[in-house]
Amino acid sequence: MNLKSHKGLILLLLLLIIPLMVESNYLYGTLVIIGLYAIIVQGLGILMGYAGQVSFGHAAFFGLGGYTAAILTTRFHWPTLLALLASAILPGIIAGLIGRQTLKLRELYLALATLSFGILVHIFFNEGGELTGGPSGMSGIPNLSIGSFEFDSDQKFYILVWFILLMLLIGIYNLVHSRTGRALCSIRESEYAAENAGIDCARLKLQAFIFSALLAGLAGGLYAFYVTFISPSPFSFHTSVQFVLMAVIGGLGTFWGPVIGAAVVVALNELLREIVPLLIPGAGGEYQIIIYGVILVGLMIFQPKGLSSIGQFFRLPLKKEPTTEVKNRG
Amino acid sequence: MGEQLLQLLFTGLTLGSIYSIIALTLVTTFNVTGILNLAQGEFVVIGALLAVSLQGTGMPMIAVFIVSVILVAILGGLLERLTINRARGASSLSMLIITIGLSISLRGLALLIWGTDTYSLPAFSKGGSLLMGGAALNPQSIWIFALVAVTLAGLYGFFEHTFWGKVVKASVYNQTGARLQGINLNTISFLAFVAAGGLGAAAGVSIGPITMVTYDMGFMLGVKGFVAAAIGGLSNVGGAVIGGILLGILESFSSGLISSGLKDAISMIILLGVLLFRPQGIIGAIRERKI
Amino acid sequence: MLLELSGVTKHFGGIAAVKDIGFRVTEGSIVALIGPNGAGKTTLFNIITGTVPPEKGSITINGRDMVGLKPFQIASAGITRTFQNLQLFSSMTVLENVMAGAYLRSKKGFIRSLFSFPGNCREEKKIREESLTLLENIGLVETAGLFASELPFGKQRLLEIARALASHPALVLLDEPAAGLNPNETEVLTDYLKKLKRKGTTMILIEHDMQTVMEAADRIVVLNFGQMIAEGTPAEIQANPEVIKAYLGEDEKIA
Repeated sequence: MNLKSHKGLILLLLLLIIPLMVESNYLYGTLVIIGLYAIIVQGLGILMGYAGQVSFGHAAFFGLGGYTAAILTTRFHWPTLLALLASAILPGIIAGLIGRQTLKLRELYLALATLSFGILVHIFFNEGGELTGGPSGMSGIPNLSIGSFEFDSDQKFYILVWFILLMLLIGIYNLVHSRTGRALCSIRESEYAAENAGIDCARLKLQAFIFSALLAGLAGGLYAFYVTFISPSPFSFHTSVQFVLMAVIGGLGTFWGPVIGAAVVVALNELLREIVPLLIPGAGGEYQIIIYGVILVGLMIFQPKGLSSIGQFFRLPLKKEPTTEVKNRG
Repeated sequence: MGEQLLQLLFTGLTLGSIYSIIALTLVTTFNVTGILNLAQGEFVVIGALLAVSLQGTGMPMIAVFIVSVILVAILGGLLERLTINRARGASSLSMLIITIGLSISLRGLALLIWGTDTYSLPAFSKGGSLLMGGAALNPQSIWIFALVAVTLAGLYGFFEHTFWGKVVKASVYNQTGARLQGINLNTISFLAFVAAGGLGAAAGVSIGPITMVTYDMGFMLGVKGFVAAAIGGLSNVGGAVIGGILLGILESFSSGLISSGLKDAISMIILLGVLLFRPQGIIGAIRERKI
Repeated sequence: MLLELSGVTKHFGGIAAVKDIGFRVTEGSIVALIGPNGAGKTTLFNIITGTVPPEKGSITINGRDMVGLKPFQIASAGITRTFQNLQLFSSMTVLENVMAGAYLRSKKGFIRSLFSFPGNCREEKKIREESLTLLENIGLVETAGLFASELPFGKQRLLEIARALASHPALVLLDEPAAGLNPNETEVLTDYLKKLKRKGTTMILIEHDMQTVMEAADRIVVLNFGQMIAEGTPAEIQANPEVIKAYLGEDEKIA
């Protein structure tokens, strides 16, 4: 790994130690949510930012992961760790099944297909009756435990989620700097040329899709074990839009984008929740909704590259290296 | 049994007509501007809610109708200028996201102004349900059918038989040629959204009397309108109407005979089906688009 | 015998884009495909690379049948190409473009790419080295760190060729590489093509610039209205009356 990314990851590690010193459950809780969203958006980022395929239904995979964990532990009494694994794998399998055909669609139609898939799954959660607990959901999900160690506090979950995220970041760094990462970018830039360079585009797009579904599912499982309760409401189209928003705000196709995007959106949420009632007494979620919409529109018009392009500092460039290497060549 | 089926059919036709209007507005906007306006449902809802407020002031329904249409038409044009126009040249996906953003903002606005209550509007004409073959047909439904028919006729007349209609059609097929002739494409886009707003409001006010109007109806209406349009193949208005009626009937029958929870699921399944297995209907239309 | 086409035919809606095309390309040679615009040359490329399936005919590489394979499979079999309208990976750097072209040079899959095993790092290094060497040979190595979109047009054309060569293909199809180049750039290109030939690279070249064609090509195939009207050495083609007629009308000589 090069120096810049080392810097970034070390900085992150340092930042992560601070909450452990502050010991605020509110902070832990918020960071857990940011972490989970960052995991999802990293996956979405590989799909959208690198492979160039859009998804407006990722909340479905998030929810499928969550419900898988919930159902397997409460109805079938699976051990929690196994259920967590399943919560990642099941959405991956579903993505594999629908992906082939779906990814043949371009842009606009893929967006619409994923949109309708997302809504369909959400309806399934609501209408699932006995299986999913319907609109009121399911409670009584046991704590996640590995062996005899139980994740029963905000702090422990905070460490777990961010540990997973860090591992993921390392993995994605490797991915991006490998032939696979280059191939994904190639597909985004010119699928035609990529195909002629020997890249099996259909297969790679599908792999990216499955990967992103796996991550979303894993986050869903973790979410279920964290809240110990699950219902359809966090898995709506609105959430899918939020994920896209996070990816876009952070900057598509950048390394830190998903984390930045997740942090910004969650922080924005919290901020709005605090400030709005102060500015306009009696006001509530409406403003949040309006502002979301406005931000989304504004971004697409003015800064489609996202915030990461402003924060070039964290970008991992290949740019500088070849020149020095070139000088070293005889 | 027969009466139940007939009743479901009437409901389906009414529902279908609602989807038809939204669908044909979507198709027209799409064909003229190349933009898939997912905020169309919001125009319908805001039109309906505006009508509720206006009606509360004692205005006669006919005035309520006209004023609502005008106000939302202005809204449509305003939004076009502020957003779509600024993003000229962006990809169709970006445009879609913009309309999604608009849809979200408008929903928030509706929530802000009218809250979470459900409202209702008085019917356009007095009188109870008509009994036909043992099933009841709400006279408002007939107004809705009439709206669909009038809109269809109006669009047909405009595009086929008026000078400006042909100008718009020509500019769709050949952007550069149109520009060279001095036709302002920006204006056309603007007017398309003005019309979309107005038509949306007309639909909203018309369905107000038979549905409970609430701030978040818009999204699903918009999406289902799109499904209806997709069934008919995005390129033609007649197809959109047929698609709408079909969707309405399918929803009504599945909801009545199987389960009401599946109502929304039907349209999603159809959309997925069309996109995945018969994309030519849509993609063929897309390829022809030049704007 | 490297590439052999025989009876290749394709219609688009009733019009024959290419009809009954057959010729051979021997290893280490350059075959130029010439003909007026619309003669079917790019279509033939599309057929060879698998983007468009032929209705009739056979295409073999070293005896292996290529018809019906997908483009990435044909690339895998050793045929790469450049494009008439550049299809560069614009937001990737010059070096990344070439490394992307070297996709087939390694085997790591998606999952393995997530980990940084020593084997992975070694492979990356190797590909990077090879790509830089390629850029050196083609004269682009100082621009390695620039984004592909930042290059001047002439160099972009060279970059696309470098990318096509990165996978060490058996055969490279070049679609009008000199289009849009000024005389200087064209000379650089022609020299490079000759250099490639000396190294043993086999190429099929679509080109309108006759100087390049006459200098670089070993054999020339002439198409008109989708059909082959002549095949032979540059000298033979220059003297061929059919060819002259097709390009210039009667009573003119080429070059």
